Order: sequence, then structure tokens, then C-alpha cells
Amino acid sequence: MEDLSFRHPVRARAGGARRSAIVGVVASGNLEVLVERVLPDAECAVEIKTAAVGFGEVWSAVIGDFVERYSPGGLKFSINDGGARPDTVSLRLAQAVRLIAENGQ
Amino acid sequence: MTSWQNNRAARDARIAAGSSVARGKIVEAHDVTRLLEAVVRPGDRVCLEGDNQKQADLLSRALLAVDLSRVNDLHMVQSGVVLPEHLDLFDRGVAKRLDYAYSGPQSARIARMLFGGKIELGAVHTYLELFARYFIDLTPHVALIAAVSADREGNLYTGPNTEDTPTVVEATAFKDGIVIAQVNEILETVPRVDIPADRVHFIVKADKPFFVEPLFTRDPAAITEGQILTAMLAIKGIYAPYSVQRLNHGIGFSTAAIELLLPTFGERLGLKGRIATHFALNPHPALIPAIESGWVRQIHSFGSEVGMDDYIRARSDVYFTGPDGSLRSNRAFCQTAGLYACDMFIGSTLQIDLQGNSSTVTTSRIAGFGGAPNMGADARGRRHPSEPWLRAGAEADPDSPAPLRRGRKLVVQIGETFGDKNVPLFVENLDAIELAEKLKLELAPVMIYGDDVTHIVTEEGVANLLLCRTAQEREQAIRGVAGYTDVGRRRDRGMVARLRERGVIRRPEDLGINPLDADRSLLAARSIKDLVRWSGGLYAPPSKFRNW
Repeated sequence: MEDLSFRHPVRARAGGARRSAIVGVVASGNLEVLVERVLPDAECAVEIKTAAVGFGEVWSAVIGDFVERYSPGGLKFSINDGGARPDTVSLRLAQAVRLIAENGQ
Repeated sequence: MTSWQNNRAARDARIAAGSSVARGKIVEAHDVTRLLEAVVRPGDRVCLEGDNQKQADLLSRALLAVDLSRVNDLHMVQSGVVLPEHLDLFDRGVAKRLDYAYSGPQSARIARMLFGGKIELGAVHTYLELFARYFIDLTPHVALIAAVSADREGNLYTGPNTEDTPTVVEATAFKDGIVIAQVNEILETVPRVDIPADRVHFIVKADKPFFVEPLFTRDPAAITEGQILTAMLAIKGIYAPYSVQRLNHGIGFSTAAIELLLPTFGERLGLKGRIATHFALNPHPALIPAIESGWVRQIHSFGSEVGMDDYIRARSDVYFTGPDGSLRSNRAFCQTAGLYACDMFIGSTLQIDLQGNSSTVTTSRIAGFGGAPNMGADARGRRHPSEPWLRAGAEADPDSPAPLRRGRKLVVQIGETFGDKNVPLFVENLDAIELAEKLKLELAPVMIYGDDVTHIVTEEGVANLLLCRTAQEREQAIRGVAGYTDVGRRRDRGMVARLRERGVIRRPEDLGINPLDADRSLLAARSIKDLVRWSGGLYAPPSKFRNW
């Protein structure tokens, strides 16, 4: 197991009013993302627990691109990773930010 | 005096020699090796029918058992090298030289044997290319073919898997060659005549039906969300804007995902009747929901697919069928149809380089080409216009006057940036180049050349290579959809951003695709059982796909 943590300044607050959302599953090659609206509007944090050790550089690239593309201000992401490929991680993060932007709880 | 009919005389002598072990045209299974020893001469060009799917397996085994003092050094000219016996022939010395097109399951062994000098290689072809050579410089002396049934005169019924048989027989029988058919049964009257009796010289009743492999069945249960996202990108980013109606799909999971999204995602986009109406395609079970929903008007097939017979029979408005009601496939005609009458090919591959060249070769495997290079190539002889073809031509060459501008076939490579076992799809250099050096081949086995590729689709986006104006733009467009592979991470971020502004690269958000839709619930069928249900119980999947 490896724990990774990233914090990014963000241009704009994420859309929607929902407080939290969860997507994905913890399984081999997959991941679960819990997203919570708990940070100041210009901040974003990603906490990762991953089964695959030694991929910090790829995670950093994936998270950096994600923050730039989706501007998820105010959101904290907690990831439980079962060794997912970077494309799966990108998809789950995009889904999480989209889900928390939808209406309702 | 010069004789001009030596070959006919030789053929008659072979038939006479073979007749000694036959009753009429019929030879008992245990006499087949004797028949071959009587009919085949050393150094003959022999087509041992190994198609993409059906295999003349009894005749393969019989040929392998011949007396080497009578039959040796054969030159095999066959599209598929699929059975172990096909290569055992070379190990034993029955055969020496090989010209072929496809070697799927034997790809690792064939590479070893080529490297070890066991096989003298002519060339690896595409199907259409090998068929063409049957009529010019690789005409078989003897063809060993497979059919479902024969009558006593030798009329053959090939059943749904007609595949290569008419082409092989045409080249052999009309150039003084000998045609020997293995059949599953001998009947008073065959259900339909696929091959007329006067082209068939000997018939053998096999002890069990010829082998057919289900190559085109993709279990919807194995389709991933990444493949669904990629399929949505293809439908909205390519099928819709070009209005692609006439096309061919490859056999991977990405195209299976597209087939299963037509009745859901495609329907929602209002595309029914506007895209994907006419196919050159094997009877893919994954297309059943789209057919049942009224999307597909017509399909011509290279071969058949195990379990699809009753469904095809019941949907003759869609498929080509004979007077007996069953499918009539024909690989040569369907390849021609895919080359000249389709506006798009979309399929997966194993490696794509920075120029867009693609290959399914790895350093230890030579899978051959099969049909993909013909499907995935612009036909330079094409002259009829169509909307997608003209539009693609205009994108590639906006400055030429329209009446003199060639159209372009859409050749789309689709895949996830990381494939099986996390192997990257994108590479700096194809393994095919290393293999060509190792085997001293004059050409590296490139499946689809970069200059034919028009689009690359991955989960990261669609790259439209038609809009690239320089080699550098093209490279960055490819890097720009290569995700987190090494190739993708070495992109010039500024240039990729500019290509995106020009619409050369389009991301899911540029196309208005909601990532939450990348969910298996969007598939019209999520299991083989769902496909059976869609077919009204007509599709009968082989047991290896049944898990209920």
C-alpha cells in the first residue's frame, strides 16, 4: 500500500450544491472515489490509498490534468485504488466531479 | 511438334491415378492419404483450405501422413495457417515454401519456424492480395477444400461458411488443377449448389464435421467503461458528423461496444437511419440489438459465426441467403465490398507509432494480415462519390478544386491507451521493424499505414489526422490522445492545446459527452444471455460463452 496526497490551487469553485458523492468500486483494476465539498472555493485536495506502489509520478500527472480540465474548487477527493489504470482514474474523477455537480443529495 | 495442352494432360493423368482409390468421385476417409500420394506431385503448389474460420482438418491430417518419397517440398498457398498440422507439414518436410495471409493461433510458432529456417517464406499477404495471386502467379495445382455436404456427382454445399471456397476452386479448377473436398455428409440432393460438380474431382466423407472457430463473438459482460466512453466518442465524433452509413467494423471490444450503443446512445442522438445502415461484416452477435431495433438494412459477410445460423435464416432481409435459406458468405467479394463500397473502417490494433502506422505484430508473433489492410486502406481506384468520402477528402485537401479532388475513406483506429496487461497502445517504434530486421524481411509487417489512417480514438479523445498539415502536427495529434503512455506524456502541451482549439483533437467535454454515461447500463445488451433474449431465442451461442 502507498498513501499519496496532492493539493492544488484552483481557478473556480466546482458547480452544484451537493455535499458529497461516491463513484466506482474498490476492485482489482478499479477504484472508488469519495468526493466532499469541504474546502475553500480556491482549493482542491486528493488523498489516495493505492495497492500499487511506485506510481507517484503518474498520479501527479493524472491529478494535475484533472484539476486543469475540471476546475474542482472546494472539493476533497478520497481515493481507494485497486491498481486502476490511469485512464480509469481519469474517468472516475470526471464522473465524481460531474456527480457532485448534479442536483439533490 | 509443340503441345499446348500439357497441363490438361497432366491433370487427366492425376485424376486417373486418383481414381484407383475412388469409387466414382468418392474416396473413403482411410484412403485419403493414398489418394493424395497418387494425385499430388513433389513441388506442387497446394491450397489446403484454411480459412479464417473453417478448416479442411481431415485433409490436413491426411496430407501430413504422406510417404515423403512420393510427396515433398510442397509450396503451400493458403489464406489461413491456423491448425498445428499446417505447420507440422513443414517440420516433416512435406512442405517447404509458404505464401499465406493469416496465422492467428499459430502466430508464435510460425515466427519460430521462420526464424529457424524451417519455412521458406514467400510473403505474408492480405486476403484479397493472396486471392489475386491465385489467378496470376500462385495458382494451385491441387486444392484441398471443406464443405458441409456433397451429392454423388460432386456438387457441393458449403453452408453458411462458404468463405474462400469459390475463389480457391475457381483458380484451381479452371487452370487444370485438382479439387478434393472433405464433406460432413454425402446426400442424394444438396440443399443448394455452392460449387458445381464439374469443378470437383474427389470427395471424402469426414468422420466428424470440419472445425469452425467462433472468432467474432465478444461477450458484452467483458466490455469496460473505458471502452464505452471510447465508443461514445467514436459515434458522436465520427459516425455522426460524417454521416457514415456504409462501413466495416473490426472484431475488438471497442467496436462491439459501438454496436451495443447504437440502440441506446445512438438512438438518443437521433442517428437511427442516418448512420450504420449497410455493413461488410461477419454476423457479429453484438449487432443483434441494433438489427432488432431497425438500425441495420443490409450486411454482406466474409464468413459466418458459430450459433448465428437460425438468426440469420430468420432475418434474410438483412443478410445474404441462398435458396435453402442459410447464409451465403464469400470472403473475396466481401473484401472487395469493404475496400470499394464502404466509407469507413474502424478497428483496434496492438501498436500505433508516431506517424500513425499500426501493427498487430509483436517481436515473437506474426499473426499475418488477414483482411484489415484492405478494409483499412483508401481504394485508389474508387470513383463513386458519397457524403463521408467527399467530406474527408475536402478536410485533407481543402485547396484543390472539388471536381478534381479525391475523396478519402475514413480509416479509424480505436482503442484504450493501455491494452491488455497494461501494455501501451502507443509506441515510439513498432515491434514490427525489429521483427523485420530479425527475419531479414524486405517489408516490416505494417497492418495499416499511417498515411491511410484518418482518425485515432481513445478514451482521451478523437484525433482527426485529416486536418493535420505537417508531420509535426500529426505527431502531436497522436501524442495528444495517447493518454498517460510514455508517448502521451511526452506531448508538447502548447501545441496539443492549439490542435484542440482547431478541432483536430476533441475531448469528451468538447463533444458534450457526459462521463457519467460511461456506464455499463448504457449497453443494449450486457451479457451473452441478453443477446439471446434480443434475438428471440434464435441466437444459439457456443457452450464456452454460456454461463447460465
